Amino acid sequence: MTDTPSPSVTIDHLRIALPEGADRPYAVDRVDFRLYPGKVLCVVGESGSGKSMSANALMGLLPEGVRVADGRIRLGDTDILAQDEEGMRGLRGRRMAMIFQEPMSALNPLMKIADQIAEVFEAHNLLRPAERRARALELLTEVGLPDPARAAASYPHQLSGGQRQRVVIAMALALEPEVLVADEPTTALDVTTQAQILELIRRLQVDHNMAVMFITHDFGVVAEIADHVAVMQLGRVVEEGPADTVLRNPQHAYTRKLIDAIPKLGAGRAEAPERPPLLTVEGVSKTYHLGGGLFAKSRKVEAVRDISVTLGRGETLGIVGESGSGKSSLGRCLVRLQDVSAGRIAIDGQDMTRLQGAELRALRRRVQMIFQDPFASLNPRIRVGRAIADGPIAYGTPVATAMAEAEALLERVGLPGTARRFPHEFSGGQRQRIGIARALALKPEVIVADEAVSALDVSIQAQVLDLLDELKRELGLSLIFITHDLRVAAQICDRVMVMQKGACVELGPGAQIFDAPAHAYTRSLIDAIPGRDWDQSAA
Amino acid sequence: MLRFLLGRLVKIVLILLAITVLNFCLIHMAPGDPALVMAGEAGDADPKFLAQLRTQFGLDQPFYVQLWAYVSHVLMGDLGYSYRQQMPVSTLILQRLPATLILSITAFALSLGLGVLAGVVAAARQGRWSDSLISAVALLFYATPLFWMALMAVLLFSVQLDWLPAFGYEQAASGLHGLARAFDIARHLVLPATTLGLFFMATYVRITRASMLEVNRLDFVKTARAKGLKPSVIQRRHVLRNAILPVVTLAGLHAGQLVGGAVLIETVFAWPGIGRLMFEALQSRDYNTLLGVFVVSSALVLLFNLITDILYRIVDPRIRAS
Amino acid sequence: MSEFWKAYCRNRGAVVGLVILAVVLILSIVAPFWFPGSPWDMVQMPFLPPFQEGDAILGTDTLGRDIASGLAHGAYVSLLVGFVSTLVSLAIGIPIGAAAGYFGGWVDDILSRITEFFQVIPAFAFAIVLVAIFQPSITSIIVAIAVVSWPPVARLLRGEVMSLKHREFIEAAALSGQSGFTIIWRQILPNTISPVIVLSSMMVATAILTESALDFMGLGDPNIMSWGYIIGAGRTVLQQAWWISFFPGVAILLTVLAFNLIGEGLNDALNPRLSKRRD
Repeated sequence: MTDTPSPSVTIDHLRIALPEGADRPYAVDRVDFRLYPGKVLCVVGESGSGKSMSANALMGLLPEGVRVADGRIRLGDTDILAQDEEGMRGLRGRRMAMIFQEPMSALNPLMKIADQIAEVFEAHNLLRPAERRARALELLTEVGLPDPARAAASYPHQLSGGQRQRVVIAMALALEPEVLVADEPTTALDVTTQAQILELIRRLQVDHNMAVMFITHDFGVVAEIADHVAVMQLGRVVEEGPADTVLRNPQHAYTRKLIDAIPKLGAGRAEAPERPPLLTVEGVSKTYHLGGGLFAKSRKVEAVRDISVTLGRGETLGIVGESGSGKSSLGRCLVRLQDVSAGRIAIDGQDMTRLQGAELRALRRRVQMIFQDPFASLNPRIRVGRAIADGPIAYGTPVATAMAEAEALLERVGLPGTARRFPHEFSGGQRQRIGIARALALKPEVIVADEAVSALDVSIQAQVLDLLDELKRELGLSLIFITHDLRVAAQICDRVMVMQKGACVELGPGAQIFDAPAHAYTRSLIDAIPGRDWDQSAA
Repeated sequence: MLRFLLGRLVKIVLILLAITVLNFCLIHMAPGDPALVMAGEAGDADPKFLAQLRTQFGLDQPFYVQLWAYVSHVLMGDLGYSYRQQMPVSTLILQRLPATLILSITAFALSLGLGVLAGVVAAARQGRWSDSLISAVALLFYATPLFWMALMAVLLFSVQLDWLPAFGYEQAASGLHGLARAFDIARHLVLPATTLGLFFMATYVRITRASMLEVNRLDFVKTARAKGLKPSVIQRRHVLRNAILPVVTLAGLHAGQLVGGAVLIETVFAWPGIGRLMFEALQSRDYNTLLGVFVVSSALVLLFNLITDILYRIVDPRIRAS
Repeated sequence: MSEFWKAYCRNRGAVVGLVILAVVLILSIVAPFWFPGSPWDMVQMPFLPPFQEGDAILGTDTLGRDIASGLAHGAYVSLLVGFVSTLVSLAIGIPIGAAAGYFGGWVDDILSRITEFFQVIPAFAFAIVLVAIFQPSITSIIVAIAVVSWPPVARLLRGEVMSLKHREFIEAAALSGQSGFTIIWRQILPNTISPVIVLSSMMVATAILTESALDFMGLGDPNIMSWGYIIGAGRTVLQQAWWISFFPGVAILLTVLAFNLIGEGLNDALNPRLSKRRD
């Protein structure tokens, strides 16, 4: 091959010290990275691995209290760590740029888009005001915004998440930097938007011959975009190498564990046997009326439109869709956290959409829910044993019995002897186990899991999914699994319903949905799954 | 914007109407004869006069008739007659209103301007001695009784140092005109406006400081730093503009306190505004005037609220859109 | 509990506030023993300057009453009015705010309009009108202060409850069959206590300021010696006898400062996450 070009960025023996009292002394401990022009280095790891800290250190944007303790960072011939703030200011934006995880909060809500882009030139005293605006418009065109002129004159809240991320990318490109640092830039986006943004970054990086440091937790994304991969665990690089090698032939046990934990698309279930119906949903719609008042007309939003589906006894039904598809609204209707606007939901033939009071309570315990956010789903002031027992107690179980049952449940989900602890003493994955125990406390027949593993790291996610699967078999539960993650749905669901804009676009056995999608939208969703080719070649 | 203003105007009228009804209820809940309450001390002597009041306000009629009589009077701008001062209450208030407006608007501007400035400085020097000093002084002003601060200011700046006039609105019978008169009023304004402003300044310092530090942690500030912008530009353009929003909200909420504070300040400095009028009405048990001032001061608060609402909409595009 | 104290004591100002409050509290308790006579009694010649030989260490007022005695007896009134009126405000504001936040819809509309109405009325002017109409007495003063100070409590509660209501653990409680009352009482209210405690401390401070201002305006209970009254009485003779107005003002300042400092300390101790971000 050709001779290796000299690296744009050299990071040697970097060590980043955390403030006193942190869980470990170094966020990053003696790591080395090389960034080459025209190449993407993916730094991949779970939360707390120190991957973002490395990126921030390169930009000189470490949080307060965190500092580089040792090592060297060079940008070309420039020693980054020797620069004062003024020196760094000259480099940021001009020679290296950064894009962030949260497009929603990365832009100043009070400034027009064009002004925020023009600021990049202003910061480095380049161009005249009129030229800056013209360049801003060109940049917005280059990052593929549908109506650049309108976007330029907009405020951030008038754009969607994907559009905002394009704006942030446009700002990063403005001065043609040698290095682009991307910190989880697609994590907050829907899967189809994510695919577009990944493609955009890839294209721009080739066009401008930039060196890219791409931080992610998602091996699928790595497979899409990386030339080179570094796997981080607890502040150290445990494995690194060319993307193909690391993805197909991982050497380190931790890398193998991470890759194994990813739900495989090809692992879909075989055709499920015919099952007796348990929960019947007939023509359910949910319409919200937003705003309104003396001088404003209220806005009508059809969150769920005419959904009909039957859940068989012992079946796992997946509900899949992007944000705003109405999948969560439907889930909340199923457990009567909100009332339907039309249609009926029946369990064992008994309609629960119109029930009130005692009848509703009697029926409600048969359908329980597991929530998305492990930090918001437990009352911080109530001990976890009591939180689990509260349900049975409300249904008249004596307190002592309920508490004993709660302890048994905690043991069953792998947390024995923890009933007297408070939620803040548990990790995210453990809390999600407690949430499962709470849902089981009322001995339900149906469990609705709303994005129940989305907030978890991939290895924890795999454990929680396994636990759910075990419990389901053991207790003969039926499961409705709401998720945006097609990989997860493919792995655990017997049947899958795909939702878009409140309506069901496709419903069928998992294998059929993933192998032979009938609807164009389903196909676009599946095509957008990052790392799909890697999956197929690995299978 | 027009629709917003229209909505606000309707709301203001409704609130004023409700306050009028409240006033009416207060008169009737007071112990004793409502006519006596309305006449104040002046009524004690003259039974004929009380009888006249009773017919005028229908005090011998059913409740709702009385209510309507009262409300319609107020709606016509008739706040009753001050038998003490031998003058309609509305005339009395209109005479005094300019002084109160000058005082409260000056104090409002002063407290907001200086408060935000000091808050920004404190946030920028976070943890250093100048921050501690600003925060400590703000805390002290925040805990000082307004009327006492006013008295001590008189003691220090007028009595001891003789720098500024202690009482009144202008030099009586000085025959000054034009600029000279304005300057004279301004000299008289310094002490009352500053003491009134200092208390509120203290609150704005604290909230501005906290808000600046809060916004400094938001993602878009990091974006701005990643662009290579100068710290001073980041603070001014990105942080301050966002940090000022809660200050504006608070300033609106404080309008009521500002008007209440003006009552105390005008009392101490013999500033001839409606606050001083309220004090005089209290002294002479002139309830008609007292309640009239109450309605007008509420209207003043609504006006301040309207101003801060408009300010907020100018700064924040998200509100304009919805 | 010990963790709470540790966090509280890390704020040195808050400890100072607690010390000042303790002194004022002790003063109000020992006042009848230390100054056994009525504070209205004439004990010395009028206009006696402070720090002279004799009994009246802080001087006497225009009628020869001992200012130190007035200060000691006034401490009790200030604390009483501060605490009781705050309790009454909480009793009005908490149910209104909690109901508005939890039930939403038209209940919220009505309760929020009422709250907003009371918020718009200039508080001090309203308090003056109330006390004047109902005749000055310690009860009318307490009621007036409570009536003008509950809206912030209601607003706080409404906001807290609204944000808690859609928290997943509340929905989980509803799903597990708990009644609306149980959910408000067991799941929601305990989570609103910390901000309410912090706000209460600040409200006691404001109530003491308002009470003294009412006294100063001549609307105090005519039978009770209070700090604001002494300042008001000394106002006209400020040039000749600065001490009459000066000392009670310092007493108010210190007491109010104490409650504000305590409020900040409580905030640090009860919302550790927020306070960590503060410094």
